[in-house]
Amino acid sequence: MHGVLPEIETFCSMLVQKKLIYSKTDEVGIVFFGTEDTNNELEVEVGGYEHVFVQRKIEVVNGHMVEDLQNLPRGTTFGDFMDAIVVGMDMLIKKYGPTNKGKQRLCLITDARHPIKDPDEGTKEDQVDTISSMMKARGVRMDCLIVREKLDGNANKSIVDENDRLLNHFSSRTFAKTIYVGRSTSLLGAVRTRNISPVTIYRGDLELSPAMKIKVWVYKKTSQERLPTLKKYSDKAPPTDKFATHEVKVDFEYKSIEDPNKVVPPEQRIKGYRYGPQVVPISLNEWEAVRFKPDKSVKLLGFTDASNIMRHYYMKEVNVFIPEPGNSKAILAVSALARAMKEMNKVAILRCVWRNGQGSVVVGVLSPNISSQENIPDSFYFNVLPFAEDIREFQFPSFSSFPSSQQPTVEQQEAADNLVKMLDLKPSGGEEALLPDFTPNPILMRFYHVLELKSRNPDADVPPVDRCLKRILEPDSEFLSQNKPTIDRFGSQFELKENPKKKKSSKRHWRDRQLTSNEDGETAKDDRSEIRNSNVTNDSSAVKVDKIGNSTPVQDFNAMMARRDSPEWVSRALREMKNYINDILENSYEGDTFLKAVDCLEALRRGCILEQEPKEFNQFLFDLYEKWKNTDLVSFFELVSSKNITLISKTEAEDSDIMDDKAKIFLPKSKPSSQ
Amino acid sequence: MGPAQSVLNLHLPSLLIYSFTPPFFNPDFHKLLSHSSPLFSSPNFPSKPSPSLSLSLSLSTAMDIDPEDLFRDSDNSDDEFLQEREPSKEFVVYLVDASPKMFLPASKDVGKGKTHFHVAISCISQSLKTQIINRSYDEVSICFFNTREKKNLQDLSGVYVFDVMDREFLDRPTARLIKEFDNVEETLMKEIGSQYGINADARENSLYNALWVAQALLRKGSIKTSAKRMLMITNEDDPFGKIVGAAKSDMIRTTLQRAKDAQDLGISFELLPLSMPDDEFNVSIFYADMIGLEGNEVTQFLPSAGEKLQSERSFICADTGALLQEPAKLVFPYKSKDIKFSTKELSELKRVSSGHLRLLGFKPLSCLKDYHNLRPSTFIFPSDEELIGSTRIFIALHRSMLRLGRFALAFYGSSSHPQMVALVAQEEITSSSGQVEPPGMHMIYLPYSDDIRHVEEARVDNDAALWATEDQIKKASVLLKRINLKEFSVCQFANPALQRHYGILQALALDEDEMPEIKDETLPDEEALSRPGIANAIEEFKVAVYGENYEEESKAAATKTSGPAAKKRKVMAETAVKECANYDWPDLAENGKLKERTVVELKFYLTAHSLPVSGKKEDLISRILTHMGK
Repeated sequence: MHGVLPEIETFCSMLVQKKLIYSKTDEVGIVFFGTEDTNNELEVEVGGYEHVFVQRKIEVVNGHMVEDLQNLPRGTTFGDFMDAIVVGMDMLIKKYGPTNKGKQRLCLITDARHPIKDPDEGTKEDQVDTISSMMKARGVRMDCLIVREKLDGNANKSIVDENDRLLNHFSSRTFAKTIYVGRSTSLLGAVRTRNISPVTIYRGDLELSPAMKIKVWVYKKTSQERLPTLKKYSDKAPPTDKFATHEVKVDFEYKSIEDPNKVVPPEQRIKGYRYGPQVVPISLNEWEAVRFKPDKSVKLLGFTDASNIMRHYYMKEVNVFIPEPGNSKAILAVSALARAMKEMNKVAILRCVWRNGQGSVVVGVLSPNISSQENIPDSFYFNVLPFAEDIREFQFPSFSSFPSSQQPTVEQQEAADNLVKMLDLKPSGGEEALLPDFTPNPILMRFYHVLELKSRNPDADVPPVDRCLKRILEPDSEFLSQNKPTIDRFGSQFELKENPKKKKSSKRHWRDRQLTSNEDGETAKDDRSEIRNSNVTNDSSAVKVDKIGNSTPVQDFNAMMARRDSPEWVSRALREMKNYINDILENSYEGDTFLKAVDCLEALRRGCILEQEPKEFNQFLFDLYEKWKNTDLVSFFELVSSKNITLISKTEAEDSDIMDDKAKIFLPKSKPSSQ
Repeated sequence: MGPAQSVLNLHLPSLLIYSFTPPFFNPDFHKLLSHSSPLFSSPNFPSKPSPSLSLSLSLSTAMDIDPEDLFRDSDNSDDEFLQEREPSKEFVVYLVDASPKMFLPASKDVGKGKTHFHVAISCISQSLKTQIINRSYDEVSICFFNTREKKNLQDLSGVYVFDVMDREFLDRPTARLIKEFDNVEETLMKEIGSQYGINADARENSLYNALWVAQALLRKGSIKTSAKRMLMITNEDDPFGKIVGAAKSDMIRTTLQRAKDAQDLGISFELLPLSMPDDEFNVSIFYADMIGLEGNEVTQFLPSAGEKLQSERSFICADTGALLQEPAKLVFPYKSKDIKFSTKELSELKRVSSGHLRLLGFKPLSCLKDYHNLRPSTFIFPSDEELIGSTRIFIALHRSMLRLGRFALAFYGSSSHPQMVALVAQEEITSSSGQVEPPGMHMIYLPYSDDIRHVEEARVDNDAALWATEDQIKKASVLLKRINLKEFSVCQFANPALQRHYGILQALALDEDEMPEIKDETLPDEEALSRPGIANAIEEFKVAVYGENYEEESKAAATKTSGPAAKKRKVMAETAVKECANYDWPDLAENGKLKERTVVELKFYLTAHSLPVSGKKEDLISRILTHMGK
């Protein structure tokens, strides 16, 4: 068990952290078992229950718990999970008595590899029964997380089997869920750490025909969890102001396009819809009178073969239809349909209007979800399908139409077959790796982690990506090395080389688009290229450049810097140039944009010296380096060094705090290529 | 035979199959004084080789990307998905044959006097209506050939360019164009006239002229920023059939040359042949050569996007009132502290991967569950443009995955939506009307454990059976067989909300008085459901799962106040009545002593008289007073 404790520390502290974020009033207690010491009330009161240590009594979640859980004790004895469950139940009963029914939960984390003590009387099964009925009566749910990386030789199979049987016995008796995890990454996602009380999006009839209806409740099955919203912070208030709210108000103004100084007040605005070149204005009331208003209902259109619905037509987050709880007839009706659909490999097509006043209908596919546990009813999953308008019919050439130079040979095909076979994330009999249900969102994980770090030290840096999370982002190195021969063979079978004739590929095209679109207030590209053309023919001063484009970034930048009609231009030029450099570096492919970026950087540096804004440049270069130094883009900085682009020193610009001698040594790694 | 895309099935009501329509979930509101935010843009897709495997792929989004961003908190840094793309235009010239042959009935049913010309016109009209919604920046021109009158810049005979006021020949569609085009048949009869273009003794070649006019029209705009197409609709498979000898071969040669010239200018030529009732349109007689010129090059159109938003946002410091630049710091409350993040830190936090598609391994298709879905999928197609050899690897893997029934698991590290994805190989599917599914892979965005909920796993705590019996399942199977949609295809329904939306807009734009009736195709066919066979199957299933007397039982259940909540309410009402009797309410009210009573006591009165019990104490008192008539 000690081997996985670091991951369990992460997991448990994450559990408490999420409570600190999402449900601050939840109460949590912490019990360790298998510890050397003993500390629990039952031991005092009735004896027994050794090596169960109540670290924290049940109390409102707080930061100390996070720290406790990040430093789990390494125990010395075998953990007896049954004792731990009893102690946990005892704590819950003592704390809440008959109150808070249905809101209590035990979360057991164990490897369940060691024998548990025989009870004083009866069998272990009897003991489970007794505890189960107690849990049931009080509405206590239990999540058992059984962590087993691999069963090594030390584990006694019969003990493991017995423990598994006992724990499963819990699941069949109570509201308990048992999950087995092997890999540490799945551990992080295995138990829902944030409790969202499910809200139905529809309660009512699933109408097979006007004569036959089934009562169902519809919930969301998947719903993308986003990074929590952060508030904007203003540091304008003087530090002495104790009552400063530091809040930022956001103001929206609508301005007319012809006269950007004219603000249009709300009463002068009306909504309009575009119809071709025209915009058709229509008031809300008018619209309300004529718009599409279907009635709330869920109706069956018919059944069809599952193969008629391609998987990639699923459009949105998924819903789940469950029979109305407690309605045994609805449960049976859903079950009968679901099982018949499963048997015949059919799906149902539904038309849904979830609530009255909803302005649209949804057509989707209902697929059966057969329950594998006797006390869980069958249900359906529902996926939204596209309407005719939603479909893009792209035509692509057949693979068979490609020349033979682009077709794989027999050997190549074999190598590919082997690769697909060998890089198997679901080996037969083994655990499925990276199961979505057990894979945590790495970004959220990182956010919680950084939040905790910063709560201890406000200046804490964002740490590199955790080892555990790397396995979601990159192929597992162990996995790759196991299959090295297959991969090598695959690699040697195929040849990849850069296209030397590549002039301006469509991808580059895309990138250009992306870049131009990153600028705010852009005009259509046509216009811009026209401007630029006239730029060339006339004189750069004739046309006012107002943004940095992709074709002549340096000239654009210089032109903007030279504009004197508003003091804003300089800062805007600097800002845009920085963004531009950032973008082309980010999008570089084997350094193809490096030369351009160096030119831009040089221009930026010159501009900053001219405008005596050394810090702008120095900070930017510094940040850039910090950002990329650990990536393959680091070679860019070698190029920068070799071009003698340094930080702006004090002699070049008074405001700089970089001494002459320091300016050069900043970007060091101009080391000769190590190979 | 040319590419599959140039075959039009007569039964199709519109030309939709040819248009690349951006999707609409909800019609986007536009401020009259501003413009829309873009509906769609494609993700940037740099392809840097990962250490073990590297491919270069070209990627296009098959369907919409939900503009809701995973990270909406930082609105500027990562909104790659919301960023606008430069619209790429499409220029289309419809060349409609207006020869008398087009006015023959299209089907043998004499009663239904629909002519080919009518079919062509309504197709174009439909297509225009779709286009004005979806791709209103595209420009169209409608050109009739084999006409008596002529109207074109080149003053060539037999070619008539249809147009309305305030519009150039090749221009964006307007409401007026659509409206007048709906009456074009009449106009054509009266004013334009129809005639056989190429007669035995003809010196003029109207087909040639039509191509020339179309090509001249399409001179507009750069080929780099726009796609140019000619779409010919005709039912004459042998335009030069009446001519013989050298004149014929000469005409054919010049016409083909003309078409080839257009082709060389980057204009694609498509044919929509219409078959006569007893005479299949034979493409090979003449048109195959013309279409053949197009080769196998398939133009890949880029979807268009919206335009810029003219709303301005300003940030104001609540403490000092100072106008702020984009605030550099964001805070999040945690452990009763405000934890500060700089935008830089946030983006660093989100940068977990370098923006590539990284293969993690393969899994059997059965591992991809029905609930593993979040957003519309993205389509992936190989390209050798950057890395030669990519296509070959892609095809090999594609084939292996299909053969072994596996999908690839990968991590797609875009900066705004880093996500695990499933790459599902898609075999090419073609039907007589063309390509149904292009070959490639579909990228399906997988949820994380944080995104998955387990509502269906709520245990039921009763002894009643939860699973259906064999007999019940059998009855359900019968029902399934009865209500079978054999030919169901996902895109068979038009979105009724959208149809209505644009129907209304069209009516308003054209100043029509009547609001259009839009048929809601998504409603179930109740007539079919009430047919005896189906009705019986339903009834039997119902009896099997619900029992004989379901209706009565459910009615009884409905009248009986059931459920613990209802019971509780009832008990509360009873106590309230009891308690309420203990007070002399009129006296309390009279002497203004109501406010001395507690809210609980006041609620006794309200509950006993079935009045609402919500609101502040003052509200309760005033409600009591109102009820007592004071």
